[in-house]
Amino acid sequence: MKKFVALVLAIAMAMCMTLPAMADGAFKIGFIGPLTGGAAVYGISAKQGAEIAVQEINEKGGIQIAFQAEDDMHDPLSSVGAYYTLMDWGVQVINGCVTSAPCAAVAAEAYEHRVFMLTPSASSPSVTEGRDMMYQICFTDPEQGKTAAKYIGEKGLATKVAIIYNNADAYSTGIYQGFVAEAENQPFEVVATASFSDDANPDFSVQLNAAKDAGADLVFLPIYYTPASTILTQAKNMEYQPQFFGVDGMDGILTMEGFDVSLAENVMLLTPFDLNDAETASFADKYMAAYGTMPTQFAADSYDAVYALYDAMVACGVTPDMSSAEVCELLVQYFPTMTFEGTTGTMQWDATGAVTKVPLVVKIVDGSYVTQ
Amino acid sequence: MSFLSNLINGISLGSIYAIIALGYTMVYGIAKMLNFAHGDVIMVGAYISFYATQHWGLTPLLSVVVAMAVCTVLGIVIEKLAYKPLRSATSLAVLITAIGVSYLLQNLALLIWGSNPKNFVSIVQLGKISLFNGELIISDVAIVTVLCCIVIMVALTWFTSKTKMGRAMRAVSEDKGAAQLMGVNVNQTISVTFAIGSALAAVAGILLCSSSPVLMPTTGSMPGIKAFTAAVFGGIGSLPGAMLGGILLGVIEIFGKSYISTDLGDAIVFAILIIILLVKPTGLLGKKVNEKV
Repeated sequence: MKKFVALVLAIAMAMCMTLPAMADGAFKIGFIGPLTGGAAVYGISAKQGAEIAVQEINEKGGIQIAFQAEDDMHDPLSSVGAYYTLMDWGVQVINGCVTSAPCAAVAAEAYEHRVFMLTPSASSPSVTEGRDMMYQICFTDPEQGKTAAKYIGEKGLATKVAIIYNNADAYSTGIYQGFVAEAENQPFEVVATASFSDDANPDFSVQLNAAKDAGADLVFLPIYYTPASTILTQAKNMEYQPQFFGVDGMDGILTMEGFDVSLAENVMLLTPFDLNDAETASFADKYMAAYGTMPTQFAADSYDAVYALYDAMVACGVTPDMSSAEVCELLVQYFPTMTFEGTTGTMQWDATGAVTKVPLVVKIVDGSYVTQ
Repeated sequence: MSFLSNLINGISLGSIYAIIALGYTMVYGIAKMLNFAHGDVIMVGAYISFYATQHWGLTPLLSVVVAMAVCTVLGIVIEKLAYKPLRSATSLAVLITAIGVSYLLQNLALLIWGSNPKNFVSIVQLGKISLFNGELIISDVAIVTVLCCIVIMVALTWFTSKTKMGRAMRAVSEDKGAAQLMGVNVNQTISVTFAIGSALAAVAGILLCSSSPVLMPTTGSMPGIKAFTAAVFGGIGSLPGAMLGGILLGVIEIFGKSYISTDLGDAIVFAILIIILLVKPTGLLGKKVNEKV
């Protein structure tokens, strides 16, 4: 009897959950990212950012969004599995994947099946290459490296630059390569290049000593904030105080629990995500209220991705009963023509799927960002 | 001067590997199993200490005691639940279980403490030593780490050679069956071994995160693997071997990175391990046991 009651309740609950969505039809937006495992921090942020956008859109009325998130554990094979789960669900467009290697694997399948994908954060050029249905919200890695090198050169921030990058990570290596290519045209000299191979790497004394011995007055860190926080701590321990210059992966360092923000004083970073902006601040407040932490760039990119997909689908007259292939053909035509205002800037796309938006350099002063 | 600085960093990193390796080697010596979950106990210890100081308002020293206590209990529970039922199973089954426990701990940590990395606040705040007009700077954490490692080594050597429980451990490691016949409580001895190993893991975790502050659910896995390598390098089952292996590994890693290539740091470490094992299969200080047929 108990089982029967439980079953009835479960069915009733399931119906309650699906009914409102079915009432006036809903776009089916899928999400793929690492929700468990070592890269979970990025995937969970991105999923939560997307959920805020879905909630906002659904509260406004109009065409609703049905949102389903699948875990890929930052593993290409699992990611393709997650993609097929979404396909069985009847997904129309995908906000994903969060990380580059899984994204490239899923994009290869989605290209065959004609499913439109917009990744919040998979920034490797290998993700979009040769695939017309794959778009990015974030900068491509080499582009970000070039921008950073140009900025350092034009502002005359340094004459001798050292680079510490993660050679096991496509993101970090991509930015590094772009930076080095552009550095040749700039008035500074790259005096030391040191790498590491794991974000949880315990020791950066060697890399920092190399930079110090080479007399670098600026250390470029094309890495995530996690290893960067170790670098800042260990640099302070050895009393080495160059100008540190980070990229968008550095965003999040100030809200890391336990981090002494005075260590990041004067650190500069390149990020399109500026909390001083009013619209961004409203998103950050909602995120804070829902999840108890400040959003990272991953959350903001994913929030933008949902809005960009939704706006494009509405503009193209997509209806909830269209197949993913029909939606894909419309969006592939529309995306290169659209201009989208999001929390991470005003975006336009070219037909390769790469985004154009204005990069912003901020400096950390007294524990908050000051736009340069 | 950078040579000296690298040497000190290497010894300090190596001391952390050594403390972790002691846990591996003790458990291997006595229970004849590779406890791959050991690296994750390190992570748990560091998390407990982090929460004790940041959220529960305990002093750093007290947080170490709490972390050691929690890890000791955790070690005993893991042994009782996961390994004891497999005492007579094949070593492969135990090995796979250990890997399972490792993933279980990582994912439990992800559930309990979340995926956002924490920045561990160093529990050692004594100030740096600056020598040669600031050319050589030795951090307080490095000194405390090396001292801890020496104290632990001396204490463990005394414990295993002088106390009754220590003798029981050596007896069990030599011959489990014979020890049992002589009235040694084998299960209790193995539990104590796990308890000591896990308490050491807590200390290692706290020292590791004091020098490199990033704390996340996977923090313990790479140092765990390196320390396992150190234990094999020094001769698994041998306490001085674990210590020697750990420190050598740390120094080789730092020197390899600074004088050969930062790309190849880990490759050099593991290449040397392979060479040592080819020349001396039992490790540097490992005993050669002749199998009787």
